[in-house]
Amino acid sequence: MSELVIPYRTEPHPVTGVTSGKLGIWLFLASEVMLFGALFSSYVLLRVGVLQEHWPLGVEAGLNVPIGTFNTIVLITSSITMVMAWASLKMDNVGAYKKYFAATIALGLLFLVIKGFEYGDKFSHHIFPATGWPGAGDPSPFYGLYFTFTGLHALHVALGILVNLWLLIWGTALFKTDPECFTGRIEIAGLYWHFVDLVWIFLFPVLYLL
Amino acid sequence: MNESELAHFKQHLRVYLAVFIALAVLTVVTVAISYLDLPTGYAITVAMVVATVKAFLVAGYFMHLVTEQKVIHWLLALSAAFLVFLFVLPLVTELGNGPLWTG
Amino acid sequence: MSDTHDELGFWRTYVFSTDHKTIGIQYGITALVFLFFGFSLMMMMRWQLAYPGEAIPIIGGLLGESSVDKGAMLPNFYNQLGAMHGTIMVFMGIVPLAVGAFGNFVVPLQIGAVDMAFPRLNMMSYQAFVIGGIVMLSSFFLPGGAASSGWTSYAPLSITATTGQTFWLIGMIFLIASSLLGALNFIVTILHLRAPGLTFFRLPFFVWSQLVTAFLLLLAFPPLQAAAVFQLMDRLAGTSFFLPSGLVVGGEPLAAVGGGSPLLWQHLFWFLAHPEVYVLILPGMGIVAEVIANNTRKPLWGYRPMVYSLLFLGFLSFGVWAHHMYMTGMGTTMSTFFQITTMIISIPSVIILTCLAISLWGGAIRFTVPMLFALAFLPMFGIGGLTGLPLGLAAPDAHFHDTYYVIGHFHYVVAPGTIFAMFAGIYYWYPKATGRALNVTLGKLHFWLSLIFMNGVFMPMMFEGMAGVSRRLFDPTIYEHGAAVHGLTMMTSWSAWCLALAQIPFIINFFMSMRKKERAQENPWQATTLEWATPTPPPHGNFTEPPVVYCGPYEYSVPGAPNDFTPQHVKRES
Repeated sequence: MSELVIPYRTEPHPVTGVTSGKLGIWLFLASEVMLFGALFSSYVLLRVGVLQEHWPLGVEAGLNVPIGTFNTIVLITSSITMVMAWASLKMDNVGAYKKYFAATIALGLLFLVIKGFEYGDKFSHHIFPATGWPGAGDPSPFYGLYFTFTGLHALHVALGILVNLWLLIWGTALFKTDPECFTGRIEIAGLYWHFVDLVWIFLFPVLYLL
Repeated sequence: MNESELAHFKQHLRVYLAVFIALAVLTVVTVAISYLDLPTGYAITVAMVVATVKAFLVAGYFMHLVTEQKVIHWLLALSAAFLVFLFVLPLVTELGNGPLWTG
Repeated sequence: MSDTHDELGFWRTYVFSTDHKTIGIQYGITALVFLFFGFSLMMMMRWQLAYPGEAIPIIGGLLGESSVDKGAMLPNFYNQLGAMHGTIMVFMGIVPLAVGAFGNFVVPLQIGAVDMAFPRLNMMSYQAFVIGGIVMLSSFFLPGGAASSGWTSYAPLSITATTGQTFWLIGMIFLIASSLLGALNFIVTILHLRAPGLTFFRLPFFVWSQLVTAFLLLLAFPPLQAAAVFQLMDRLAGTSFFLPSGLVVGGEPLAAVGGGSPLLWQHLFWFLAHPEVYVLILPGMGIVAEVIANNTRKPLWGYRPMVYSLLFLGFLSFGVWAHHMYMTGMGTTMSTFFQITTMIISIPSVIILTCLAISLWGGAIRFTVPMLFALAFLPMFGIGGLTGLPLGLAAPDAHFHDTYYVIGHFHYVVAPGTIFAMFAGIYYWYPKATGRALNVTLGKLHFWLSLIFMNGVFMPMMFEGMAGVSRRLFDPTIYEHGAAVHGLTMMTSWSAWCLALAQIPFIINFFMSMRKKERAQENPWQATTLEWATPTPPPHGNFTEPPVVYCGPYEYSVPGAPNDFTPQHVKRES
């Protein structure tokens, strides 16, 4: 079977002005907005449902604000390296792209490792998703939310890392034959990566600071 | 990409760097404010304003929304509208009852 | 079919195909099997309701000890059947049939595209659907059986239920992922791959209905995804998002921490499940519109108002969900709000239905089999819609809530409504998909028997509901008001079994017609839309030459035209 030629892979559609891939990823991100929106909406509903003094500040609940801040910076840095990787491809500089893209992946991994240590620290203090805060009385499901939110976010980070790794190791060859298509793929991977960063921008203050 | 396009594109890089610095600074600012122990209402407002500014910076510049096509803007406006439904309606419905499920 | 696929071999052609037509047929057959399975579950329940405590004939001996006692159904098994019937019919039957099968097969053809925008993603959505389906079905073999907390899986009942509920949640996550990928693909396909000249207001109404449906799936499903994750955490990690403090189950205080809200689940669930109702009905309306325009030989009356109604319906369907929750003790202000939005959303549905009815006026109607189903759709969906109005108002809902009236109402919408539309679609597009026409006599037999018995099943439920019989009862005759209407229950049960028999002509027709020697023509219905401009069955890549569109979708009986139909791809001499 001859491969079908499906239009608007690399050239923008005359009406929408974007490629199919870009429209696709934005539709996906719109659904992700609704997913995380539902999580935050649930957070609000659960928080107003308990006695306010039973909802801890991140510090009170034993979350480590300096480490959280550091991790935020790590993720933001990975976002700028991501955008630089794409820009390097735009400027036809494959060497720079590889460095920036590898840095993005490394920073993503660093984020997960730090997150892992934070989880380990909680577990060693006998804090689990099922733990209520405060221990006695009419507790709030703060820890449940903490683990579910950060867990789901970490899952998104991990997925992004896997896709990026695939693109870096096996995908880059495409740049020689079809540079526009590959640059488009990196842009799409970038859009997803920035979105994951954007979610963290809200998660961090909601869980750690408020 | 020809010479002048390249020169033009390099200006983008400066914008990216500026956005990055702004994001880092705002992160430090929001953490610093959290140490002031403001009353909960104020703390939430300030933190959410800062986070929204950061989100707009990321979406606008790293995700190129500033120069993106209208179709993407409309799509996001649509999900933003439903997001408002999702936030406001359950909250108003349950607050109207008083805190039904508190012990 | 075989000549275009020779090089690929069996697996890539039929199992791991990326061709939208093959995937559409895969979806169709899988969904029909699930539909029949879900129907079978219900037929077992109908035995228990008609003959409470009596041994189920034939099947009773085959079921395990945890399900039946000396052939008679146990209450827990009844609950499993109820929950799984709803889940299978909605998420594994109708949606995959309406969107996965008809959407996949017809939409790219109707817009003149070679395939979907992302063919491999399309294959993955089908695979995710199959995995989700297998997970769901396998839960019947677990200790404690399948999910038994209703298709709505309300907390806290679902949190304390057996392992079947965990499988339900995991299955749902796969089914949701499948729908999301599919929806994304449809939107990009419809926006980007339309043939030159096929502007938005030249799109067939069916394509519009699929576009709006795709947006509903894309933006309404994620909150249920989030809710499923929360419920999984509650069940597996011991969190209590949906468990309030101080909960007592079966006389024992629950060990969980508490502090959560059972109503949170209901909000997240119905945020999806109300738009889901429109996901169930809109593709059906689309099919009916195609069939009616084709068989009345005149343009649809009010095409544009129908499209605007569709868009408005889609948007507003996100703001009515709490009318499923009037009984949760919500305040009068918000109850008023949701009653108003519910009344408003009935307007566009009525506009669409009225336009379809007026389209019949003055037409030279061809009473083909698809047309019979489409014509029956109009009053059946009408009954379903109108009986919904009392449920949308809080005061009558206090009486009708959770009774058989509700069951009767929404089954009128989806069973003689959507399923009839699906049958219309099968009879209408079968010649295009297989190259053979379905037998008309068997088709008419199938139609008339189905119409009679569908009403025999669901009409009595309305009266049972008004008599106050709860939909969840294992044996309604233990109550006086339930025993008083037992005759109606018997009527429903016997109608349901006869309805199953009425499907035999369809099944015979479906398989026997495929082996007919006589080939169907390329455009047997003399229709105008683009799918009939392809060879029959369409080869890989669909069109022999890329079509260009010159006119609107329903140019029937145009004065001065050579035929009573002017296909969209034919340039008219003016």
